[in-house]
Amino acid sequence: MTLDGKSPSGPLAAKWDKHKFDLKLVNPANKRKFEVLVVGSGLAGASAAASLAELGYKVKCFCFQDSPRRAHSIAAQGGINAAKNYPNDGDSVYRLFYDTIKGGDFRAREANVYRLAQVSGSIIDQCVAQGVPFAREYGGLLANRSFGGAQVSRTFYARGQTGQQLLLGAYQALSRQIGLGTVQMFPRTEMLDLVVIDGQAKGIVVRDLVTGEISSHAGDAVVLATGGYGNVFFLSTNAKGCNVTATWRAYKKGAFFANPCYTQIHPTCIPVSGEHQSKLTLMSESLRNDGRVWAPKRKEDCAQPVSSIPESERDYFLERKYPSFGNLAPRDISSRSAKEVCDEGRGVGPGGLGVYLDFADAIKRLGLNVVRERYGNLFDMYEKITGENAYERPMRIYPAVHYTMGGTWVDYNLMSTLPGLFVLGEANFSDHGANRLGASALMQGLADGYFVLPYTIGNYFASTKPVKAPTSHPEFKKVEENIRLFTTKLLSIKGKRTPTSLHRELGKLLWEKCGMARTEAGLKEALRRIPELRDEFWKNVNVTAENGELNQALEYAGRVADFMEFAELLCLDALQRRESCGGHFREEFQTPDGEARRDDENFSFVAAWEYQGSDKAPVMHQEPLVYEEVHMSTRSYK
Amino acid sequence: MNLTLKVWRQKNGQAPGHFETHQAKAVIEDMSFLEMLDVVNEGILDRGQEPIAFDSDCREGICGMCSLVINGIPHGGHQGTATCQLHMRHFKDGETITIEPWRAKAFPIVRDLVTNRGAFDRIIQAGGFVSVNTGGAPDGNALPVSKTVADTSMDAAACIGCGACVAACKNASAMLFVAAKASQLNLLPQGKAEKDRRALSMVEQMDAEGFGNCTVTGSCEAVCPKEISLDFITRLNRDFGIAAVKGR
Repeated sequence: MTLDGKSPSGPLAAKWDKHKFDLKLVNPANKRKFEVLVVGSGLAGASAAASLAELGYKVKCFCFQDSPRRAHSIAAQGGINAAKNYPNDGDSVYRLFYDTIKGGDFRAREANVYRLAQVSGSIIDQCVAQGVPFAREYGGLLANRSFGGAQVSRTFYARGQTGQQLLLGAYQALSRQIGLGTVQMFPRTEMLDLVVIDGQAKGIVVRDLVTGEISSHAGDAVVLATGGYGNVFFLSTNAKGCNVTATWRAYKKGAFFANPCYTQIHPTCIPVSGEHQSKLTLMSESLRNDGRVWAPKRKEDCAQPVSSIPESERDYFLERKYPSFGNLAPRDISSRSAKEVCDEGRGVGPGGLGVYLDFADAIKRLGLNVVRERYGNLFDMYEKITGENAYERPMRIYPAVHYTMGGTWVDYNLMSTLPGLFVLGEANFSDHGANRLGASALMQGLADGYFVLPYTIGNYFASTKPVKAPTSHPEFKKVEENIRLFTTKLLSIKGKRTPTSLHRELGKLLWEKCGMARTEAGLKEALRRIPELRDEFWKNVNVTAENGELNQALEYAGRVADFMEFAELLCLDALQRRESCGGHFREEFQTPDGEARRDDENFSFVAAWEYQGSDKAPVMHQEPLVYEEVHMSTRSYK
Repeated sequence: MNLTLKVWRQKNGQAPGHFETHQAKAVIEDMSFLEMLDVVNEGILDRGQEPIAFDSDCREGICGMCSLVINGIPHGGHQGTATCQLHMRHFKDGETITIEPWRAKAFPIVRDLVTNRGAFDRIIQAGGFVSVNTGGAPDGNALPVSKTVADTSMDAAACIGCGACVAACKNASAMLFVAAKASQLNLLPQGKAEKDRRALSMVEQMDAEGFGNCTVTGSCEAVCPKEISLDFITRLNRDFGIAAVKGR
C-alpha cells in the first residue's frame, strides 16, 4: 500500500493557507458537543488541550505524573527556533525550512516542515504574551543565539531552562482552562489502551495509578502527545517515566508506526559511571560554541592526567574532520566521531567511554567570568554529578540517546491511519526526518498543539460527523478486561528477575546492536535475542504487591513489556533501511572517509509499519517522499 | 560504603506509618541518592517484598517530582540541589540516614514517601497565568521589557514546584511557591492587567488548601533547590496589600 501524506497541492509557501481555508469548520455552538481526550501534558499535549478548550471543545487531559507541569519537555535546556530574523542576519521562513529538512537528511515531508517554519514566529509571540520570561537585550527586545546545524542566530531562550519556561507557559494556559471547568485533568493516570470502534478511535482505557482502578473514557477524538521511545535503550536522557506504551498500544490497534530506526544520539552527555546508573544527563549543545572536543592521539595517554598530555598529542577530531563547522557539527556526526575515537581505544574516563570537552582556550580568550556567565549552570550541574570542577580540568562527555524522530505515522492533518486518532510532538514522526536539529523539538511540540491541531481536528469533526460510542459499548468492556488480565498476569509470574534488570539487558543489547552504528549481522542477532528476552520477561519477571494501590513496580513492568515488543520493530526497521541517513548509520553504507551514504534512489520514503498480530511479522508500507521545492543534496559540514 | 536507612513506610493515606530499617550495601559515591534507593528497592523486590514508593521523573533537577526529607532537611540540605541531583559522595561509610516524605496537611501522603501536591496545581488554576487565548498575540518584540525586569521575572520563574518550601516551613506555608509565580507574572507588562486579581485569588486558594501562614523565617529559601529569593514574598505581600485595599 502506498500511503498518502495528504500534502495540499499548490506552491509550497501557499499550501498551509490554502489548506486552512479548505478545512471545514465547526460552528462555535456545536464545538461543546465534541469531546477530545488528550493523553500527555508536555508541550504538545498541554498546548493542544488548552487551545482546544479555548475554542469551546470539551477536553479531558491525562498524565502519569502527579501534575501536568512535570512532563519531560521541562528538561529541554537550549532554546526554541523561530524564523523571526530579529538579528537581521539573513534568516527567513524558507531558510529555517531548508535547514530543518537538510538537517533531517532529506527524510521528512516537505509540506510539514515548511508549515513548521511558517508558524514558528507565532509560537514566540504566543509565549511572550503568556509571560514566558525569554532572555532580552538591554534595549528590552528579545535575545537570540546560534545553535548546531545553522549559520544564523534564530534560537530564543530562557537561560538554560527554555523547555521549563515554555512548558510552564502551556501548563498555565491549561491550568486556566481547568479552573474554568473546560478541561478535566487526570494526573497520575496512565493510558493503557486505545479503543477502536468501526475503525475509528473512540476512547481510551486508563489505570488510576493511586487506586489501581481500570476505567474507560469515551471521546470523539483521541490525541496522543506521549513523547518518544528513547527509554527502550534503558539509558537515555529521557525522564525515568518516559515510555512507548500509548503509541505502541495504538500501533497494535491499527495506527501505523513510522521510521522507528531514526533515533538521535546527543553528543554532549555526562558519561556513565557504573551499573547502578538509572539515566543519563545531557548538557546543552550550546557548550560546543566555546568548548573544544578532543581525545589523546595515543592510547597510552588516556589514563594520564590531562596536564601531562602536550598540545601536540591531542586530537581535536571534530575540528580536524569538519573544518568549516568544527565543534558545531550536527549531533549525529559529532556523536559518531566520538564513538569512533573510543572504538579506537582512545576514549577517556571509566571504561574508556568518554572524550574531553575543554574550555581552557575559551577561559584564556574570554576570561573565567564570561565563561561562568554563559555556562555557569552547566558547569555546576557537571560538578554535582561527577564531583569534578570543569573550570580546572576538561569535562568528560559521551553520546547518549536523546530524542526519537520516528513515531506514529500521521498525515498533514496530524491524523494517524486510524480516523479520529491524532498524534502530536515527539510521539509522531512528521517533521524531523532522520535527524533533528537543536532547538527544534520545542518548536514542533508547540506548533502541533497551538497552531495545527486546533484547525485540523475541526475538519475531522465537520467532515466525518463521528458517531458517539459510550463507555457502555461492549468494545470498551472488552478492552478493559484485557487490561485487567494483562495486569493480573504481570503480578502472578513472581519470577526471579526485576523489571529493571530485564530492561537494562534489553537496553544494552539495543545500544550495542542498534545504537550509533548498525550492521546487518548485528541487527539480525538482536532480532534473534529480543524474542528470547521477551520470553524470559514473561516467564521470570517479579512484580510484588497488588494492583489496587500505588504500585510503581507494576507500572514500570507494563512499560518494559511494551519496550520488549517495540524493540523488535526498531531493529526490523533499521535492518530494512539499507542506507545511512541522519541518526541511522549502517556501517555497510558509508563513504571511504566514513561519512553516511544515503541512497535516495531506493530509500527516499517513509517506512510505516502495520501490525498483523502477535504471531505474524508486521507489514511495511511506504510513503514516497516527493520534493517539489528543494533539491536533495548530500549533507556536507566540512 | 555501607549505610543504614530509616525509611518512612505507610501503606496509604489512611493507614498509620512507621520507620523501617534497611541496609544499603556497597554504595558507590558516584550514585545519586535516588539510584541508591533504586538499588535498595531491587533488593527488596528480590526478597519478594514491597519496594519503597518514592516520586521521581527527570532526575536532573528540573521537573520537581522528587521530594524526600533527608536527615530532617528537604532535599538533603545541599545548596541549590534537588534530591535527584544529590550524590552519595556527600555521605560517609557507616552513616544512618533518615528518609521521610514531605510533611504538611495540604500535601496528604499517598504511600510511603509519595505525597499529593495537587494543592499547588489548584493555586495556579486560581490565577497563576496570563489570560490570553491561542492566536492573535502581538509580535514578540512589540512590547519591550527591560532586561532587569525580565531577569528578575526569570529568577522567580525558575521555581520547579517541588514543595520543599512547604516541607521546610514550621507553619507549612506555601508563600514562597505562590510568591514566585505571582511575582514572575506581576513583574512583566504582559501580566500587569491581572495583577490585583492574581494576587488575591492565588492567596485565597492557598489559604483554602490549608497551608499555614508565613512568618518569614526563611527556611523555605534555604532549602529551595532553585534558590528562589525571599524577596519575592515581600513583593507578593505588597501586591496583595495594594489589591486588598483596592478591592476586586
